[in-house]
Amino acid sequence: MTLGEKYVALKTIFIKEVLRFARIWVQTIVPPVITISLYFIIFGNLIGSQIGDMEGFRYMDYIVPGLIMMAVITNSYANVVSSFYGTKFHHHIEEMLVSPLPYYLIVLGFVAGGIARGLTVGIAVTGVSMFFTDLSFHNPGILISTVFLTSALFALAGLLNGIFAKSFDDISIIPTFVLTPLTYLGGVFYSIHMLPGFWQNVSRVNPILYMVNTFRYGFLGVSDLSIGLSYAIIIGFILVLYSWAIYLLRSGYGIRR
Amino acid sequence: MANANALSIQNLTKTYANGFQALKGISLEVREGDFYALLGPNGAGKSTTIGIICSLVTKTSGKVRIFDTDIDRDFSSAKRLIGLVPQEFNFNVFEPVEEILVNQAGYFGIDRRTAFARAEQYLKQLGLWDKRREQARDLSGGMKRRLMIARALVHRPRLLILDEPTAGVDIEIRRSMWQFLTELNRSGTTIILTTHYLEEAENLCRTIGIIDEGELVENTTMKRLLNELQTETFVLDLKAPLQEAPDIRQHCLRLVDDTTLEAEITRDCSINFLFDELTRRGIEVLSMRNKTNRLEQLFVHIVEENNRARKF
Ligand SMILES: Nc1ncnc2c1ncn2[C@@H]1O[C@H](COP(=O)(O)OP(=O)(O)OP(=O)(O)O)[C@@H](O)[C@H]1O
Ligand SMILES: [Mg+2]
Repeated sequence: MTLGEKYVALKTIFIKEVLRFARIWVQTIVPPVITISLYFIIFGNLIGSQIGDMEGFRYMDYIVPGLIMMAVITNSYANVVSSFYGTKFHHHIEEMLVSPLPYYLIVLGFVAGGIARGLTVGIAVTGVSMFFTDLSFHNPGILISTVFLTSALFALAGLLNGIFAKSFDDISIIPTFVLTPLTYLGGVFYSIHMLPGFWQNVSRVNPILYMVNTFRYGFLGVSDLSIGLSYAIIIGFILVLYSWAIYLLRSGYGIRR
Repeated sequence: MANANALSIQNLTKTYANGFQALKGISLEVREGDFYALLGPNGAGKSTTIGIICSLVTKTSGKVRIFDTDIDRDFSSAKRLIGLVPQEFNFNVFEPVEEILVNQAGYFGIDRRTAFARAEQYLKQLGLWDKRREQARDLSGGMKRRLMIARALVHRPRLLILDEPTAGVDIEIRRSMWQFLTELNRSGTTIILTTHYLEEAENLCRTIGIIDEGELVENTTMKRLLNELQTETFVLDLKAPLQEAPDIRQHCLRLVDDTTLEAEITRDCSINFLFDELTRRGIEVLSMRNKTNRLEQLFVHIVEENNRARKF
């Protein structure tokens, strides 16, 4: 395919993916916004006012970046895993397989769709958070790049889950048993400095911790960890997951008989 | 170029993940411009073969060439030349009809403006233009088949492969599909078709391949195949009832009921002779038809032979 054709093909997948979640926005956009708003009200406002400061910030202000990141992670992942698995399950994937689309465009198209959903929800949640707190934007460059890369990372992870999934159960196992615990333990609600030394070290193997911290740094200017290391980890994961996804699709895993 | 092959397959085998060998070494060629019937009983391996050609199934071994392109070398270019109408519906039923076509064109890198123009052309030709804004799930079964034909054409393939396109399609629509496909073939598109309606294959196709249990058991022109038919059975409706079948030399006659006579006629014998004899006996015939479709008779014969050969 020529470059122009590839652009058209990528755009086609992207638009299709965006339309998919936009058409069912009541299921895809509204629920996460409601959930995160409840977190704002309960943890931020009600309980948070009893907690006092965290790392020199109001508890509410401290958790808002983490909650936004949580929404972005969950939704980027959920969008791709359900869309890709559905495409595979109902054999719509065949429309792509019979076309000259290279596999990397299929990957990029689905990932772009996941990023679109993640960021849409992220922006909506950020909007809601304005009612509860005055957000400052310490470093917009870091803020935007982290959320974008994280969204891409989890869209890729969702894609892999979709490639491996053999049943609808398989697309909820990873989010429930891996993603949610890692997010909750990823420093959304607390600073790891509060943990005993041993648990601090255990926490450091959780990649989500780095994303949440860097994102929070973008807002507040404080981080428990090195920003450079965070970028290295995020980009490293993206490269590994991307190559893995391409490898699997090329081998026909889960998509060809 | 007229003598080039649109498709050539050599020693194609496929063993599925569960160990089942669906194709046991198939070789066949389809000439450019041909209208080719790929026939065979359920489970013979027709869809498997087609799946491999279109990249839905991974082959175990063998070679496949689409025009001048080896799929192992450059599948991407090969795919541009093929349009597939699969056996099972595989579009997103929640997408509107027109969008399905435009998206498919998009995957081929065709810009949206051209894609919309092509969608309009093929939806009109296939009688679906009124339905373009409807979700695909609201179409009838026959309309869904036509939608898949339109979708297979948006990138203007030179080889169109249809896997049972007329399954569950009413007679009128089937006839209009035949006409459409005949015209498409006449304008230069090579067509490969699978079907269980042998009358359809006989009417449309010039060349025929029969697959049985993963092997190609026949590959010849329709004319030559039909010539192989040794006997034909006709059913005659009589004006007046008979007590028993008349005894006519050379012809095996059988009374089905008192006004229906079945006559088996060998190829070297003329029908005139039969009628002369009947007239002589004062038996008046109101109408006559073939007992079964000629191709069907042959098909059953070939597949039975193949099964017998396998047993011994
Ligand atoms: N994914 C699969 N895994 C294992 N076996 C399969 C698979 N798909 C098909 N088969 C087997 O391969 C054989 C050939 O199937 P195929 O679909 O090619 O037949 P067909 O000639 O198209 O039949 P039909 O006329 O019923 O459509 C069948 O025995 C079928 O059970
Ligand atoms: Mg089949």
